[in-house]
This record gives sequence, C-alpha cells and structure tokens, in this order.
Amino acid sequence: MKIVIIGNGMVGYKFCEKMIAKATPGTVELVVFGEEPRPAYDRVHLSAFFSGKTAQDLEMAPASWYIDNNIRLHLGDPVQSIDREHKTVHSHKGFTETYDYLVMATGSAAFVPPIPGVDKKGVFIYRTIEDLELMLDYAPKATTGAVIGGGLLGLEAAKALLDLGLQKTHVIEFAPRLMPRQIDDNGSRLLQGKLETLGLQVHTSKQTTAIVGDDVITGLQFADDSILEADMLVISAGIQPRDELARLCGLEIGHRGGIVVNDQLQTTDPFIYAIGECALYNGMIYGLVAPGYEMAEVVATHILGDHKAFTGFDMSTKLKLIGVDVASFGNPFTPADQCRSIVFEDTMKGIYKRINITPDGQHLLGGILIGDADAYNMLLQTAKNKVILPPNPEDVLLGARGGQEAAGAGVLGLPDDATICSCENVSKAAICNAVIDGHETLDAVKKCTKAATCCGGCAPMVKDLITSTMKSQGKYIRNVICEHFDYSRQELFDLVKIKELRSFDTVLDHYGHGEGCEICKPTVASILASLWNEMILAKGNDTAQDSNDRYLANIQKGGTYSVVPRVPGGEITPRQLMVIAQVAEKYNLYTKITGGQRIDMFGAHVSDLPLIWEELVAAGFESGHAYGKALRTVKSCVGSTWCRFGLHDSVSFAIQIEQRYRGLRAPHKLKSAVSGCIRECAEAQSKDFGIIATEKGWNLYVCGNGGSKPQHALLLAGDVDSATCIRYIDRFLMFYIKTADPLTRTATWLNKLDGGIEYLRNVVVNDSLGIAAQLESEMQVLVDNYKCEWKEVVDSPELRKRFSHFVNAPEEKDPTVQFENLREQKKAANWAK
Amino acid sequence: MSLHNTATINWFFACKVEDVPANGGVCVKYLDEQIALFHFPRRNEWYATQNLCPHRQQMALSRGMTGTQGGEPKVACPFHKKSFSLVDGRCLSDDTECALNTYPVKIEDDRVYIGIVNGRDTETVMA
Repeated sequence: MKIVIIGNGMVGYKFCEKMIAKATPGTVELVVFGEEPRPAYDRVHLSAFFSGKTAQDLEMAPASWYIDNNIRLHLGDPVQSIDREHKTVHSHKGFTETYDYLVMATGSAAFVPPIPGVDKKGVFIYRTIEDLELMLDYAPKATTGAVIGGGLLGLEAAKALLDLGLQKTHVIEFAPRLMPRQIDDNGSRLLQGKLETLGLQVHTSKQTTAIVGDDVITGLQFADDSILEADMLVISAGIQPRDELARLCGLEIGHRGGIVVNDQLQTTDPFIYAIGECALYNGMIYGLVAPGYEMAEVVATHILGDHKAFTGFDMSTKLKLIGVDVASFGNPFTPADQCRSIVFEDTMKGIYKRINITPDGQHLLGGILIGDADAYNMLLQTAKNKVILPPNPEDVLLGARGGQEAAGAGVLGLPDDATICSCENVSKAAICNAVIDGHETLDAVKKCTKAATCCGGCAPMVKDLITSTMKSQGKYIRNVICEHFDYSRQELFDLVKIKELRSFDTVLDHYGHGEGCEICKPTVASILASLWNEMILAKGNDTAQDSNDRYLANIQKGGTYSVVPRVPGGEITPRQLMVIAQVAEKYNLYTKITGGQRIDMFGAHVSDLPLIWEELVAAGFESGHAYGKALRTVKSCVGSTWCRFGLHDSVSFAIQIEQRYRGLRAPHKLKSAVSGCIRECAEAQSKDFGIIATEKGWNLYVCGNGGSKPQHALLLAGDVDSATCIRYIDRFLMFYIKTADPLTRTATWLNKLDGGIEYLRNVVVNDSLGIAAQLESEMQVLVDNYKCEWKEVVDSPELRKRFSHFVNAPEEKDPTVQFENLREQKKAANWAK
Repeated sequence: MSLHNTATINWFFACKVEDVPANGGVCVKYLDEQIALFHFPRRNEWYATQNLCPHRQQMALSRGMTGTQGGEPKVACPFHKKSFSLVDGRCLSDDTECALNTYPVKIEDDRVYIGIVNGRDTETVMA
C-alpha cells in the first residue's frame, strides 16, 4: 500500500509516526511532500526560537528518522496538482508519484486582513521558521512593535517581539477583550493588567484601517482616526486553511475555506483524507495541535482497516503567555440561565478563576483560569468525565478549607478512560498500567506511553498518577521495608519491642512472609541489635546479618577481609602499635591509617580472622565495628592536654563517648568527633554528632554528614556540661534509632523530619514528647549489654567454625585469592575482565 | 532439569546437615571446583550453585544472603548485591548478567550430597 502525504507539519509528521507504529513493517510505503525546506518542527513552541532554541532543537524528528523508517521525504517541494482519476500527484520539482491513499496535511496560512499597506516593509506574519528569521533580521532596526490580533497566536507573537528586544510592543485586538474565544471580559481585564506590567500595551475594540508609511511602515491608523506609531508589525489575526490544492482538484470546500471531511476525515474523494488545520469537520476548523493529532490517529487506523471516528474535539487549552498562566476548558461561555458560576479574583496576586457548574451543582461545565492554572488538568478531567462535584463545589477552585478533607478524590477519582494527555490521547488506565508494568518514573512513562511528550501540560498529573499507582501497589512510597514485610522500619521496631522478639525467624513468623531478602534481613537484624544488643552471630541471627556483619569484618576486592581494631579517640600506645605491627606482619596484611584515626589491616583470609583477633584481643583491643551500621569512631583533636589553644580535654571526652556508644547498632553508621576549641581540628561539624569545647562547656552539633552529599551539623544545645551533653546524645541517638528508615544517615533523617532541627531540639532538650527518660533508660540498657563481639567469637569454638572458606576443607584457604605488590606492601588483584 | 534425569549423576558427599547454617550457605570444595550450598530449613529445601559470582568473578556467593523474590529462592552476592535465582541460576537483578551453574542436592541420613552430572563440562554449561 502506498500513501502520499502532502504537508510535513506537526500533524503530517504525526500521521507518519502513527503509521510506522501501527503498520506491519514493510507493508506500507510512505512518501511525503513538504513545502518548507526543513523537516517538521514544533510550531507550538515557535517563540522558543527567540529565546535561544535552534531550528534543530524544535525538530519533531531529525531527517535521519525518515530514512530509518523508509519514508521518502521531499522537502522544499510543494505538490502542484492532484490527478484523482489516475491517483497521482505532481510536484513543483517535477516528481510524479502514484498513491493508493492521499493524506492532505497542508495546514493553514496566516490570515491577512485586506488592510491597505500590508505589503510595506516591516510587516510580518508569524507562522514558519522563515517568518521568524525575517523578523530576526529586521528587529535591530525597530524600536516599537505592534501585533494585530490579541488571540492566542497574537500574544505569542507579542512575546516574540519582546524577546527580540523591542522596547515597546502594542497588541491591537478588534474584539473588546483579549483571547475572545477562550476567556471572558473579567479574565481579559486581569490578563491585560498582567501583560501591561510586563511591557505590553494592549488596545482592545480597535479596528485597524490602514498601515501608514511610504515604503516602510511607520504606524497604524484606526477606525476611530487615532494613529499608533510603530516600525515593525506582526499580523496574527487568525488562520486560513491551505485548501487551494483541494479546490483545484475539485474536492468540496467550505464557504469560508477548509476541506470538507466526514467522521473518517475522508474528503469527498474516499481515497483522499484531510487532517489538521486544513480540514473542515462539522463546519469547524480545529486550530490546535491536539485535535490534529487525533485526526492523524483516526486516519492511520482507518487506512489500516480498523474502525475509528473523529467526533469533534475539546478545545480546552492551557498555556503560559509571557509568564502568565492562561487556561480555558470545557465551555467557558455557558449562558447564565443554563449554569451557575463561581468566580474567584485576587487582584493582588493577579489571579482570576471562574467555573461554570450545572444548576444542580453536580457537574462542572467549564471555566477559565488566569494567573494560576495548576488545577487545569484536574478541572478539565472533572468536566470531561462528569465527575460528581464535592458538596461545596468552590472547593475544586479553592481547595478544602477549615480542616475539611481534601476536595474530591483527586486524580484517582477519575475514571480509567479519562484522557490525561490530550495531545497524545493517553488515558488514565494506560498510564497506570505502564506504572504497574514497572515504569515508575516520569521519563519511563513518557517513553512508554508518549504521555506528556507534546505540550507537557499533563506532566504534573502523570506524576500524581505514578505516585498514587505505586502507593496503591504498596511500593516503597508507602515506605514498607520490602516484599516480605508490609511495615515501615519504625512500625516494625515498635512491634518487635512490644512482642520482645529476639530472632529474625520469629519476626518473620509474626510479621512477614516468604524467606526474607538482602533488604529486610539486615534491617531486622539491626532492629534486634538496637533493641537488645545481644551477640549478632547467635544462631538464627547469623545469616540475617549483612555480609560484613556476618564475618565481623569488611569484605574487600578478591574476597579477603580488612580488620579495624577500636582506637577510642584515636589515642594509641606505642605498645599497642607494636602489636598491630606484629599481627600485620605475621598475617601479611596491608596497613593504612583510616580517616577516623584508626589503623586498617587489609588482605586477611576469612579463616585467619579468628587467629588475628585472638592476638588483638589478648593485647586489649576490641572490635572497631568498621563492618557494621554502628558507631564507628569518635575522632578527637589533642585538646587542652597539649594544645596551647585547647579549652577542654577533648581526647578524654572523646574516649568516654566512644566507650559509651561502642557497639551501638543503628539504621546507618554513626560517626562522631570532639574538638577542644573553636578551631575545630576534629571536624566535629561534619559528624552525626559532634562536640566542640566552649569557654563554658560543650556545644553539641547533630546530623552532619561527609560523604557524597556533605552537610554541616546543626547546633542542638550550647554550653552544656559533660553529663548533660551525654544525656542529650543518649536521647538524640535513641530517637534516631527508633524512627529512621533503613540505611538513612542522621542528616537525611533530619531533612525528612517534620519541623526539622527545631522539632528535634524540642524532643531532645525540652522533652516535648515526654519520652526523654525512656530514651535514656533504653540507651542505658544497650550500654550495659555491650560485649566485644570479637572476644566472644575468639572464645567460642562453635562460632569460630563459621570462619572457614571450605566447609569440607576448613584448613584450606581460597586458592583463587591473588595479591600484587605495591610500595613494599600488597594490594588486591584487579577485578577480572 | 531433564538433563539430570537422563544423564548419570555422580553424587559426592559435601558435608553434614548441621555444618550448614540455617537460612545460609557454605562453600564446598569438589576437586578444583567451588560450589555454594544453601539450606532453606523453613521450606526444607537445598540448593547448590557455582560459588563464583559472574559479575566480578568473585568466589563469594556462599557468603551471600539468601531469601526469596516472589516466592523464588535466591542469593544476593555480598560484593554488589546481584541476585540470582537458586532454581535456574538466572540473574534476577540484571538481565544482561550470566546465569549460574546449578547442581542437584540430596540428603541421606543427615548427610548432604551434591550431584555432578557425568561428562558435563563446566565451561560449556557456563557458556
């Protein structure tokens, strides 16, 4: 089947796109003739050309797209005649093509009223990129611009003149108001006021009678004999369907132009279709892109043998005019005796809203929004789908007030077949199904359904649908842990505490299903540790621990582990350094000083871990919990014991703090530091909790973070004594542990906390929730229960047994482990491949 | 797996049931091969796969966390948390990742045996 398309505008292009998508590859031959020299571009956003976009940016698809899809594209070559008898077209450049079906997408031209002087220099129309290029050339010579036409396109053209740098721009409208087809007098008045503050002069009820000037325009003359000086004019007084070709070959044309089409968009010749702004359907020309796209859809479907009819199109529209939202939907002009109106006007903010509802208050008929059109999509769908209005219909305009529930059911209240994206005709059901199929971001949904890819006006609604659909599926948005537990971490924490559950299996039995996974297992293990602080490798809980916790060491490249003994406050004796040196040499470990004032030993075989720790424990070392979501290090500067600036003994306080909270497991790792003076050498303000000495005591900062998103800690309490400081830290840490989501650092937790640091300070310092004493006693239980878990492993033959590579050859090490030499030490071999 | 039914299977003794932690795995040495063995006591199921994670070629799967995804037993590698089905070895978290070699497991008198299909060339199966 061979189809010839005359016209390569937005609608002509869309027809090609739809045919490619619908037809079996190789069965349809498409030939396109376009009058303009470039492939179809986005005419709706034409004014973006003046704010920096290139012609290429505006392309619907690059020339290569046509090649890739085997479409023969003749650009700059308008069709001259159609021979209906032989089903052929002849082009300006002399090509002849036969067709099985012909699709006319010739669009429209700017309507230029017969005013004397329209041919003067400096008078332009606003339709194609060529028109824009001509304006661009001329604009530097001009200072005062004028636009004839205060409709949608006219205001776009006025914006273009502003963008071109004309100091003054006038808009002349024949009707008594701007955008007479879309908005009412009040709306127009408000819009006019807004536009005038942005540098546009608006003249309504003005009829232009002549364009003044010799060869070049110097001004406009009006019917009331007034004259307006202007040296550049854009005429945007409406559109005229490009029907001359159809007229020439004898197709029926409407009285005021337009190719007459039926429900299938067929012209009076059933093999010739007309779509877009050249088509006259039911006495009407549809001058918007969305109905054009719908026509393309109908024709593509019909040619391929399926039934689909065009039944008219809603002319609702929303746009941003020079930064001002303007929207009208449904029927904004229902006569007063057939509806009731609710009007909201705020001249302070420049907002005007009007809705028309049925006399019984049940349904929305249409309306106008100016200055704030956020509710456009919702209102449009409410009107189109005849959704029942809330008892106080004004709520849909103003939102629910006085502590009432939210107005209506929102986007979820719409029926499945509600059109969300009217440009691409995508239904609510199509979007929800895409989300259910796993397209859970706006980009993914756009790619999958094409919704929100044209004007983008429905994007907020699509986002709402993604969120609500995911919510209805119990996805992460509901904040449940994973598919095995339908609870948030905080909920599960409370449940485990109340039921006094102590193993992963019992928690799974009570509150979960399935076998668990790598998300819920460590989360539950962490909750159990934060509640009871029992040995984490106790039978049953060992395999619920995250990979590193399970071997009490950090797995590194190649499958060996690193070992970090605790060095509280960073204070270490020469004797202890010697022990570390001996152990590292004996087990051939790479050593490095960490960022937290400790020493890390890398490259330990799993079976060597208990042996290494046996020696470390014997020398008085304890686990540093570098492998756990637990307290890591409390870094310190040397403080008043040596430093000439030091105010207090920061090292001693750091050691006290580190020993208090060592082994404390939390939703994420915890880092701390103590600085002896305001010079802050310990960098305490980058820690989860940091302490800085003051003349009078300590300043306590919380919720700082290094890492990929650094964030400074905020002052929680100032000038407190050591005991108070520790009490506040107890409360702060326990409150965080009880309420944070899994793997959430304190900084992120605070960012999500309603009320932020003020709220946190109220809870921790002022005890606004009355839980301070409880938090402190819960922390004390954990402090009292602390045992070094590595000492427990070293002392337990049963636990030591788990530290072997081969279950059936425990004395053998993994033969695949390889090291390379580097600066007199070793390093892990690189990843394979 | 029809292969297992038609070919002869050599069963070798891996370890005792009690040597494998509940809801976890161990690594079993078989000649020069490393096999990861997993026990799901709640379902009374055993699985065995290659120990090598194909993602970064690390001998680590036996130390991974086991669990289920939509009811299907799986293991997540401790290195980068790639998840593999224990039923057919396919990667559940990345369609482009190679699948794991799997082995049949049987229990007799609290002893765990892993089946090696005769003549099966590990290289061919992995490719």
